Amino acid sequence: MKRLPSTNEFYVAATIVLLSIIIGSINPAFFTLGNLIDLLRSSIVMGIFGLGVLMVIISGGIDVSFTAIASISMFATTKILRYYDFQGTVLVAFLIAAGIGLALGLINAVFISLFRLPTLIVTLGTASMINGFMLAFIGAREISNIPQGMIEFSKINLFEVTSSTGFVYGLPAAILILAALVVFVWFLLKYTMLGRGIYALGGDRVAAERVGFDINAIQFFIYGFVGLISGVGGLVHTCLMRNSDPVDLMGTELVVIAAVVLGGARITGGHGTVLGTLLGLFLVTIITNSLILLGIPSYWQSAVVGMLILVGTGVTAYQSKRAQASHGLA
Amino acid sequence: MSRPFLEVRNVSKSFAGVRALENVSLTINQGEIRCLVGENGSGKSTLIKIIAGVYAPDHGDIIIGGKLFKRLHPIDSIREGIQIIYQDFSLFPNLTVAENLALNHEMSQRRRFVDWRGVNQIAREALARIGVEIPLNARVEELPVADKQLVAISRALLQHARLIIMDEPTTALTRREVDALFRVIKGLQQKGISILFVSHKLNEVYEIAEKITILRNGKNVADGDTSEFDRAKLIYHMTGRQVEQSRYEREAGGDQARPLLKVENLSRRGEYSDVSFELYPGEILGLVGLLGAGRTELAMSLLGLRPPDSGRIYIDGKPIKIRSFEQAVKQGIGYVPEDRLTQGLFLQQSIGRNIVVGTIDRYLNRFGLIDSRKVNGQISKWVRDLSIVTPSPLLPVQSLSGGNQQRVVLAKWLASNPRILVLNGPTVGVDVGSKAEIHRIIRELARQGVGVLLISDDIPEVLNNCSRILLMRKGRIVEEFTAGMVSENELVNKLSGAA
Repeated sequence: MKRLPSTNEFYVAATIVLLSIIIGSINPAFFTLGNLIDLLRSSIVMGIFGLGVLMVIISGGIDVSFTAIASISMFATTKILRYYDFQGTVLVAFLIAAGIGLALGLINAVFISLFRLPTLIVTLGTASMINGFMLAFIGAREISNIPQGMIEFSKINLFEVTSSTGFVYGLPAAILILAALVVFVWFLLKYTMLGRGIYALGGDRVAAERVGFDINAIQFFIYGFVGLISGVGGLVHTCLMRNSDPVDLMGTELVVIAAVVLGGARITGGHGTVLGTLLGLFLVTIITNSLILLGIPSYWQSAVVGMLILVGTGVTAYQSKRAQASHGLA
Repeated sequence: MSRPFLEVRNVSKSFAGVRALENVSLTINQGEIRCLVGENGSGKSTLIKIIAGVYAPDHGDIIIGGKLFKRLHPIDSIREGIQIIYQDFSLFPNLTVAENLALNHEMSQRRRFVDWRGVNQIAREALARIGVEIPLNARVEELPVADKQLVAISRALLQHARLIIMDEPTTALTRREVDALFRVIKGLQQKGISILFVSHKLNEVYEIAEKITILRNGKNVADGDTSEFDRAKLIYHMTGRQVEQSRYEREAGGDQARPLLKVENLSRRGEYSDVSFELYPGEILGLVGLLGAGRTELAMSLLGLRPPDSGRIYIDGKPIKIRSFEQAVKQGIGYVPEDRLTQGLFLQQSIGRNIVVGTIDRYLNRFGLIDSRKVNGQISKWVRDLSIVTPSPLLPVQSLSGGNQQRVVLAKWLASNPRILVLNGPTVGVDVGSKAEIHRIIRELARQGVGVLLISDDIPEVLNNCSRILLMRKGRIVEEFTAGMVSENELVNKLSGAA
């Protein structure tokens, strides 16, 4: 019997290849190293968010507040450091952003775990609350002179290439943060009892309790961790943009959730892999970045992403329906 | 004489003033297979939950392995080796067979990291112990019900089970799978493991149980060796009344010569082929076959849900095409589905609304609005005619017992005055008393001239109610029997024999 998630990963990978060939044949610039670096660069922040979304979806929940958490973490951090005119290392910035993210994530956890409220409602509430709070009390105007440490961090490249037109493409060191998180989340989900507990919770909450998983602890971990990496993701975003805009991440949560679902995570919980998530995110990044290379107006981006999601999830749903029909019906 | 493993003594339990159990006792010896039988609401599940430690009894003692428990907690029950396999199995559908089996072990070891090699080894040994082969890497959601059950049993054994309680384990199984399950149960018995088997199906009770305990209205009514009970006695104890087990004879009358429904060389690729039969008014025609023989697919085609590739369907001698469910209903065909919970009822909606949902357009007043007087009239008529037991038809359907839910499904279809009624497993999961009642209703309909096509796994049900029986195998009708010409054993053998 074929396992659906693996076939799903295969389909996403195949779509990426196919799409690359199409785009590349129309505009050969797609296959340059510079463009690849560009794609990777655009994937970093989405990737960090995606890992958090993946964990939430596997556990059977949904989180729409991570962009709000990311925004306030990065924006407040930038404000604080500017206020004290901090000149030191970027690590301090990361610590502050991660701390704010963690604290806000734990607020989600309290409502979701202790009060047993639906995750969508809780995170819709906290997202709105956080955004409002940020715009009212911290400020609504973007900060373009971000602290020196953050600028320096954004300039560290793993390597650089110069294109024929003299443009320098650099792969930022921030991708190492994504790489580390990928390895961490992959190991956590596959090889720790905590990770298996997340799958168990998403598969059948009652059964998970009966086996002896501490559901509250698992949910506190998930939402705390998601808050923390959202803070980190937000700060990476600010550094790479060299600009702290409190509203530019708003709305991207749906794209990230969609990409994770496209990568095989089932919105009903219990299913999803790190590899699938990365593929799904990369596919969406290619589409949003490359339609311009094809000369297609950028309005079409969201239409194409939406279509892909419907087709992608439709194919898997159709397959599982057929698999059930083949032995389920009497 | 072996020692008792579990003794429940004079246990009583009330919920909000309602007596669920009154002075109930139950003893299970080591290596004994005992059946707990009783109708819905007789207190079986309360008793099981008390044994599991989920409910605390108001009075009475529980003695496990010689130890007296005044207050039994779920963890105590598990520690003493009591494992319950609920109908939902409590498995993780998204995890593999291996992980489902090993998870408890890993949790009890308080592991932090997963040892995948150990997981596979535990799982392999567990399945080998009951002598079954299921792919370890398959996800549980991909398995057929029978395999899920075996996984649940293996998991119970892994927890050093000494008593396994199975709550209606055969509900969704085919005959062949039931046989396999019984072999496993007998094997467990030889290892000294006790089994408490909760069932509605009397055949199975006789086949597997050594001892029987019967509950009715929360009280012990009988207890003893299986051989002490014949069928009539068992039913009498369960229901408290004599239930007719007579055979239905089709009565003369009406236009008997012309078939109501005629099917000619109907085929649908991969599902059934070359199926021909006739259904006369007033007839109850049985359709039996193993899971996958094409019975349900054929029924679906008659209802327009899976149109046939070729062949003809005639109603009253006129050729018709049924391309949708709506058309089928217009032709006077009604269908009571196999899984009433998901296909037949709106569980949260009221009993009354469920009854009239299919025919609501017939109760309009002259402004085209719903005439609530007509609607309520219909509802009370059906609640009365089918003796649906409920304080009020305004209550949600899910508040009813299985037997009464099934009557609501029937009422819904009868309200549309069908001339042909297709019943798919109409008494699955229904207790003996309600079952007899549903059979009575079906016979009454047939007497009024309705043609009934009865699809069922329940061989006695088919033999007692049908005037003719069609046997399907691998998508073809291979044999036809007239009632009284074939015995239960013969039919069972024919069913499983050549599959």
